[in-house]
Amino acid sequence: MSTALTNRLSRGLAAPICLTWELTYGCNLACVHCLSSSGRRDPRELSTDEARRVIDEMHDLQVFYVNIGGGEPMIRPDFFELISYATQRDVGVKFSTNGTMLTPAAASRLAGMDYLDVQVSVDGADAVTSDEVRGAGSYDAARRAMDNLAEAEFGPFKISVVITRHNIGQLDDLEALAAAYGAQLRLTRLRPSGRGADSWAQLHPTQDQQRTLYSWLRERPGVLTGDSFFHLSALGEPLPGLNLCGAGRVVCLIDPVGDVYACPFVLHEEFRAGSVRDSGGFAAVWRDSALFTELRSPASAGACSSCGSYDACRGGCMASKFFTGLPLDGPDPECVYGHGETALRAAPGAAPHPGPGHSKSGKARRQPVFVTLGRGRDHGHGADTPS
Amino acid sequence: MPAEQAGVAAFRPDLAYEKHPRVAIRHEEFGGLAYHYGNRRLVFLKSPALVDVVEALADFPTATEALAARVPAAQAQACSAALPRLLAAEVIRVRFPES
Repeated sequence: MSTALTNRLSRGLAAPICLTWELTYGCNLACVHCLSSSGRRDPRELSTDEARRVIDEMHDLQVFYVNIGGGEPMIRPDFFELISYATQRDVGVKFSTNGTMLTPAAASRLAGMDYLDVQVSVDGADAVTSDEVRGAGSYDAARRAMDNLAEAEFGPFKISVVITRHNIGQLDDLEALAAAYGAQLRLTRLRPSGRGADSWAQLHPTQDQQRTLYSWLRERPGVLTGDSFFHLSALGEPLPGLNLCGAGRVVCLIDPVGDVYACPFVLHEEFRAGSVRDSGGFAAVWRDSALFTELRSPASAGACSSCGSYDACRGGCMASKFFTGLPLDGPDPECVYGHGETALRAAPGAAPHPGPGHSKSGKARRQPVFVTLGRGRDHGHGADTPS
Repeated sequence: MPAEQAGVAAFRPDLAYEKHPRVAIRHEEFGGLAYHYGNRRLVFLKSPALVDVVEALADFPTATEALAARVPAAQAQACSAALPRLLAAEVIRVRFPES
């Protein structure tokens, strides 16, 4: 990707390239890394009619596809109605699911639709590793969903994995798992967002593991990453993708109640740009909101300005900085040269409260969830931008 | 992917082309985004002139004539160089007289 185009993209587009839409906060799992702290449905969730109007707007704005997630999107009784409506209106659908509701009948129905991609989430290549993050029985359920998709001849679905300290040793096994299904492997970065705020410190990959991942991905340009790991591009040749933080510039998130956030990893009041229920709808939020205008203005490299790798990593992930309490114009907490770790040691305890969320336990955060050895969960929702 | 591998013939400026019917183009300040609903690839069209010529290909008997008519001289070479890549990505396709 040329620097000129990257610079142009960082000033924003007429509509997002990659729009994530979380249909519900309801979920039958309680992954320790859930970006949206999902569990209970929210009584204010968009109605079917409101959701259809959002799809109409996407059609009008030529948003070519939408990444649907949650929560578990298949929990919504109108799930099939909404994805059918979207694809009929030329808004392609990629949706992420934990697979628990992907029965043989559902798989057949999905196999009959055009413009549809399915991502089934697991967080390890075996039940022990994955269930520690996603809960007992979740791995087997996801594998049944994959079997059902294969049986229904859905075609090449995606297997989505959040990379942690504990599953990063299974990269080759995950690749083999995907190959066995004729599926595509998709790896995304663990973020300290949502319930991930509590598990990130124990679960994010070590510096050595990050270097291993970088080399592994460089050798496999066909593995999808949703541009997740662009902070690793500071290690040398860039990874495929746009290699920039797209928040409010080329990506954004619509949450289940219609609030629009800068990206899927910053469900926090500070990064809420507006609501699709506002008078101008989604289009006005995207075009005119004060937050997005600010994000599209030239950013200072701040503490990174003296680093020779800034042009490669551009300071990394805004959400990761925000939720670990680091300044947004400084290094990513997982900076490959250790500048983030230094900054974290200098400012411990500065992380913001991520808000109440929709966890079923209703417990205040900062209490350990049921991670014992430490493992994180939920699916990433970045853009799989074609290179 | 090289065009030959994709089973697509090499680009020839003396042939007639058209935007692929399954491709939609969204205009942007920098040019445009082309999305192919069949192969689901998103392709950047890096100038407004390139967007214009892709959309106009169907109106001209050859790619050369479309370029000459729609693209300022200063950008002709860049646009001409982009068309083989767009053919390989199936953003454009050969147009046959009867189609």
